[in-house]
Amino acid sequence: MDAKAVPLFECSGINKSFSGTQVLFDVGFAIKAGEFLGVIGENGSGKSTTMNIIGGILRPDSGEMRLNGDAYVPTQPNDAMEAGIGFIHQELNIFGNMSVADNMMIGRYPRRWEKLPFINHRAKRLATAEALKRVGLDVSPDAPCWSLAPGERQLLEIAKVVSQNPRMIIFDEPTTSLTEPECRRLFEVIADLQAQGIGIVYISHVLSDVQRLSDRIVVLRDGHAVKSTATRDLTRDGIVEAMVGRPVSQLYPDVPPLGERRPVIEVQGLTQPRVLKDVSFSIAAGEVLGVAGLMGSGRSELARILFGLDPHDGTGTISYEGAPFDPSPRDCVSKRMAFLTEDRRHEGLLLTQSLTTNLELVHLSGAGSGAHVPVDRKQQVSNAEDVAHRLRIKARDLVRLPAKSLSGGNQQKVVLGKWLVDAPRLFILDEPTRGIDVGAKEEIYRVIAELAGQGLAVMLISSELEELAGLSHRIMVMSRGMNVGVFERQDGGFDRAAIMARATAADVEAA
Amino acid sequence: MVSDTTVPPRKQGYRVLIARLLSEPAFTVIGLLVVYTLAVTAAVPGFLGAGTLSAIFISLLPLLIAVIGQSFVMIVAGIDLSVTATMGLTSVIAGSVMTANGGYLADSALAVPVGIFCFLFFGALVGLFNGLCVAFIRMPPFIVTLATMMFVSGAAVLYSSWHTTSVSIGGLPSGFTRIGYGTIGPIAFALILTVLVVVAADFGLRRTTWGRWLFAIGNNPTAALISGVPVRAVQVSAYTLCGTCAGLSAMIYSARLETGTPVLSQNLLLDIIGSAVIGGVSLFGGRGSVLAAFLGVLLLTVIDKGMQFIGLTLFVVLSVKGAIILLAAVLDALRLRYAEGKS
Repeated sequence: MDAKAVPLFECSGINKSFSGTQVLFDVGFAIKAGEFLGVIGENGSGKSTTMNIIGGILRPDSGEMRLNGDAYVPTQPNDAMEAGIGFIHQELNIFGNMSVADNMMIGRYPRRWEKLPFINHRAKRLATAEALKRVGLDVSPDAPCWSLAPGERQLLEIAKVVSQNPRMIIFDEPTTSLTEPECRRLFEVIADLQAQGIGIVYISHVLSDVQRLSDRIVVLRDGHAVKSTATRDLTRDGIVEAMVGRPVSQLYPDVPPLGERRPVIEVQGLTQPRVLKDVSFSIAAGEVLGVAGLMGSGRSELARILFGLDPHDGTGTISYEGAPFDPSPRDCVSKRMAFLTEDRRHEGLLLTQSLTTNLELVHLSGAGSGAHVPVDRKQQVSNAEDVAHRLRIKARDLVRLPAKSLSGGNQQKVVLGKWLVDAPRLFILDEPTRGIDVGAKEEIYRVIAELAGQGLAVMLISSELEELAGLSHRIMVMSRGMNVGVFERQDGGFDRAAIMARATAADVEAA
Repeated sequence: MVSDTTVPPRKQGYRVLIARLLSEPAFTVIGLLVVYTLAVTAAVPGFLGAGTLSAIFISLLPLLIAVIGQSFVMIVAGIDLSVTATMGLTSVIAGSVMTANGGYLADSALAVPVGIFCFLFFGALVGLFNGLCVAFIRMPPFIVTLATMMFVSGAAVLYSSWHTTSVSIGGLPSGFTRIGYGTIGPIAFALILTVLVVVAADFGLRRTTWGRWLFAIGNNPTAALISGVPVRAVQVSAYTLCGTCAGLSAMIYSARLETGTPVLSQNLLLDIIGSAVIGGVSLFGGRGSVLAAFLGVLLLTVIDKGMQFIGLTLFVVLSVKGAIILLAAVLDALRLRYAEGKS
């Protein structure tokens, strides 16, 4: 693989600031033809900024980039593609209302006559079919894109890039919306691209994937490239420590001891066609139940049904605090159930409103509160101050500053905080630490442990097994809408390999 | 990006000024009002006289009530295009009940109370229908209310044609027409009614849980739903109140015209929505106040009357009003961009 002395791509000394805050400091790394370079780091570590600079979306303040030894100075995304650098974004740019061929060729339609704007549909279909074959995607060029599965969309996006003969492809979190078989398919395609001498830059949170697939790993932390090492010389703990900047065991607080078991919520045989199948579990007061499972395993769907956000017209019963319960969001709120959704910006916050307005919202919908009830503003402000203090929300002004002006971590604390004003009894947390930095993560972990210690029942959904293992009393594993096993904490920990195996087992069998 | 204390990016020089002006449309409106009044007074000295100004003030009252109703809907990120049609419908229904020329309750003591009830009830009914369509069928407010507008204005003409051979229903009892320009002591009856609406609406919007819910839904309906806000019910309430306000407004207009007519407020739709936007009620939802509605109505009415005072033709007046509303809508869009930090 190291046939050439000149690397395929190289960048060095890249600095970048946004409105006075420096986010990249002297970042540099190199990649050889056919090499698989894993790029990892916490959110906010500068991964996306670096890749956006390479992809021509952002311009660096200083630093240089070279492609095959020649200076490479992209000023717009098109420059990158023309130079041979393809970028597969995490958010796929697929137009669901158009055909596969149109999505593939948009922006560069073949013309029937050189100078006239008429599309040569035959050439369009042929070129598309050719590109689809290269990534092994078996769909018709005429198929509408809304009919494609997430994995097929991902492959379509790759085919689009590959058809433009790139020398290097950047993948930004390509597996987040893929099922296990789709992931394996993706990895095969990537291996094939590598064999053709294309350099792969692969950004992902899934450390095991990166470790297994990459030749080298670059770790970013707080805008510095803190490590750039051959993968075989790195241990998993070493990688995590480089990402976080300290040994990981300190990240999690002690799990509070469980007293007498008093169930807060009991779910029996919950079934919803095509979503959940015979799910049973219970959570006791003071208990943190972790819910593990792959994307699409039904974890979030379960949470949404429990909170009455998605319909439940199948079988099974939910009983809450000893009484049968048919949830609707409003009932849930008045019965002191809390739900932190995975999409903070679209489902959690009133972004342009003040923190006080955000923090009072749940309280104003809570038990016994009706539309006519006058709002006691002093009380709301003092509630907001209490919560901000408890959660250490760092904001200068609770009344005037809009929620969007806060960092991701503090925004998440606001969403958490609005539920804490009324002392909930069951808290469903769906990916509570997604997209926030380590410092804030640690504080959210502390709050979760503290709340459990006070007798709150917690249902913690997370894609990070590490996080579940650090906080939960028990972990329920979900797969294909089923509860496929519950693991108890033993000797202060969990058998993570067994959990992972259980979570992926059903998919493997089905594939 | 990495640190926890994120300070909003500092804006410089003229950007600060623009941001300030945008975030407080009230300043812009008051400034324009003063400049315009002085300009008209310079051209036609009589304009600033007490008589003219109080006439302007009395004339804008029913418009203000309709704009307040519209503001409720706009705050939940909706729009009600059917208000003027609703006003026409309530006007002919109430007129058909009260008129001395063969009304259902002609010369009865109940005529006026029942007539007033008709204004409120049928206004609320149309609003309720709009609200149910938007909240439960999830139809776009624009289409629902556009369709309602056409249906209701057609129905109003049809209804009045059953009761009269001319377009409008005359012969309304004096007990009713007094609402238009009558006074209680020294104070105009319409003013008392409007002040009551203003106080109730302002209290509702700023001080009650319902008010907070309106703003929350206009800002982020999903977050509101998950936080336990009864989103649908609140949406329906906003449209219903908008219809009720339209009925109330129609009551004052009908009393002033002393007729029930399906074309009561044909040309008012743009004035109603325009006033709200000029005052700073956002077309994108989540922003607005009774003060904004009032300032918008005041500016638009003063401009209208001022130009008539100078003696400009109706077409000039229309173009200028259109231009101002357009400008206000542009400012509203800019405000959103600044507020969302998308500049």
